[in-house]
Amino acid sequence: MSDIRVIGPAPVRRRRRRLPIGVGVALGVLALAVLAAVFGKLIFPDAMHQDILAATLPPGSEGHPLGTDELGRDVLQMAVAGAASSLVGPVIVAVGSMLLGVVMGTLAGYEKGWLDTLISRWTDLLLAVPVLLAAIVVSGVMGGGYWVTVALLIVLFSPSDIRIVRAGVLEQSARPYIEAAQMLSLSRWRVMFRHILPNVTSLVVTNLMLNVAFALVAFSSLSFLGVGVAPGTADWGRQLTDGRAIMFQNPAAVFVPALLIVVVAVCVNLVGDWIGQRLSQVGEEVR
Amino acid sequence: MVAVRVLGVLGVLFVLSIIVFAMMYLAPGDIVKNLLGNRPMNPDVVAAVREQYRLDDPVVVQYLSWLKGFLTGDLGESIRLQVPVADAIASRVGITAALCGLAFLVSVAVAVPLGVRSAVKAGGWVDRTGNALSILGLSAPTFAVGLLLLYVFAYYLPIFPVYGGGDGGIDTLRHLVLPAITLALGLGAIIVKLTRTAMLRELESDYVTFARSRGLGERLVRRIALRNAAIPIVTGASLVLTFLVGGTVLAETTYALPGLGTLLQDSVLFKDIAVVQSLTLLVAVVIAAIALIADLTYILLDPRVRRQMGAAS
Repeated sequence: MSDIRVIGPAPVRRRRRRLPIGVGVALGVLALAVLAAVFGKLIFPDAMHQDILAATLPPGSEGHPLGTDELGRDVLQMAVAGAASSLVGPVIVAVGSMLLGVVMGTLAGYEKGWLDTLISRWTDLLLAVPVLLAAIVVSGVMGGGYWVTVALLIVLFSPSDIRIVRAGVLEQSARPYIEAAQMLSLSRWRVMFRHILPNVTSLVVTNLMLNVAFALVAFSSLSFLGVGVAPGTADWGRQLTDGRAIMFQNPAAVFVPALLIVVVAVCVNLVGDWIGQRLSQVGEEVR
Repeated sequence: MVAVRVLGVLGVLFVLSIIVFAMMYLAPGDIVKNLLGNRPMNPDVVAAVREQYRLDDPVVVQYLSWLKGFLTGDLGESIRLQVPVADAIASRVGITAALCGLAFLVSVAVAVPLGVRSAVKAGGWVDRTGNALSILGLSAPTFAVGLLLLYVFAYYLPIFPVYGGGDGGIDTLRHLVLPAITLALGLGAIIVKLTRTAMLRELESDYVTFARSRGLGERLVRRIALRNAAIPIVTGASLVLTFLVGGTVLAETTYALPGLGTLLQDSVLFKDIAVVQSLTLLVAVVIAAIALIADLTYILLDPRVRRQMGAAS
């Protein structure tokens, strides 16, 4: 009960830790992916240019190192140009669900009472819904599109964020420094977002990375099922789906985008795990 | 406690049923047109549809009559297949059940021992391999794994059939091998993680140290620890389930299996609302039922909870 903690600038020693090789590689891959997302459309402005005469060339063809798809589009160019659409959506989904989670989770954990009950029941309900099923059904029936899918996934991904933030806030708000802040009669918003929030950030950031990976997989799955990204967009999930018909003539049309999705998702997961470990260790050192 | 839990589940299902019912109104376009599909519009047919779905009655009456239909097995008619929805579902449920069952068996048979070994020798090569595999299993979309297996084991090395559901019996089983393995990879990844975390926690607890200090064999110690670890593993079943639902749709689509997943996908793309509604609600009911069973198993697995239950009643 009477655990008194010294709060204040604890002597944080910044030990330089060596970056694990796997994480280093993952960071490098992600940097490349981001570069492709930013500059991909500038490098290959006519990646989606169709040329029926050059349709379904196998890998190693002249001028098309990875061959072409059914409509004669260059597989390599599409893969580079598709990075933007493939990465922006998942990142927005993860950030959006994080913001939703921070606001709703903090409110639920700090205010408690009926607001907490309401928000908790809401997350219970959403957690019982299979994400992919709900996304297929809703965007399929309502006639989805990219941004509808983004909005939908934000809502469907938010329960994990809400729960994590709520648990963290509940744990923090019982601590003496919050009592002190309340005694100074700081406004509840200030206590919630200036005092508690920084202490739950590590949990939130770790989950953010995991959500980026999950959203990437979910997006491409939706494209694969024919909902989500519109035909004719440069996007890995879309490219893979279109390439399926010619899988045996030019396997690269399917496996290049598939590999990109898997590799990026693995790298995001690796980096996320690493950040999670780092942040939890930093927290322990400060405490 | 059980009664409260059952009531909670019924409440969730009730809310979901309202959302699913509302789908009919959320779909863009004219309701009657959506319900008619490709059938020609004429006043008689329109009147029949309005009568069938009670479109002229208040929404509450519509909902209740729709719900009554669902509960009595009258799910309406598929506009795409021109057969009653119940028949369409009944003719495809077998292959989906077989696929899910097979995938579940494979993943449990591989993932639980792997998770236990990973925890026992944490940091060892089994642990690191298991960890790498589970990251891969969680990161690789089901269809990507499926397409790769399809290319390698059905096209490059023609061991297994490429597409379709086979003609029943052993042939169907042959058709299900690759889809089941595809699905099992993602499932297994989740189960390995659950098992490893749970086992690690149990192995660090005092009773394990005590059992070891008494000189109990390591095998026996592990068995005791696994029995305790089973509780969090089973409670994680809902996570496994929600993955399984999405994964089945993807695996069936990848291998063109005539199951419920492809039925759902085709119906969604065709805006065959009656089928989509029925399938969605059916999945919700199944998930709720299995989650409830998992909770009850939890009671069976934990003697402490069992005793409390006995004392309470």
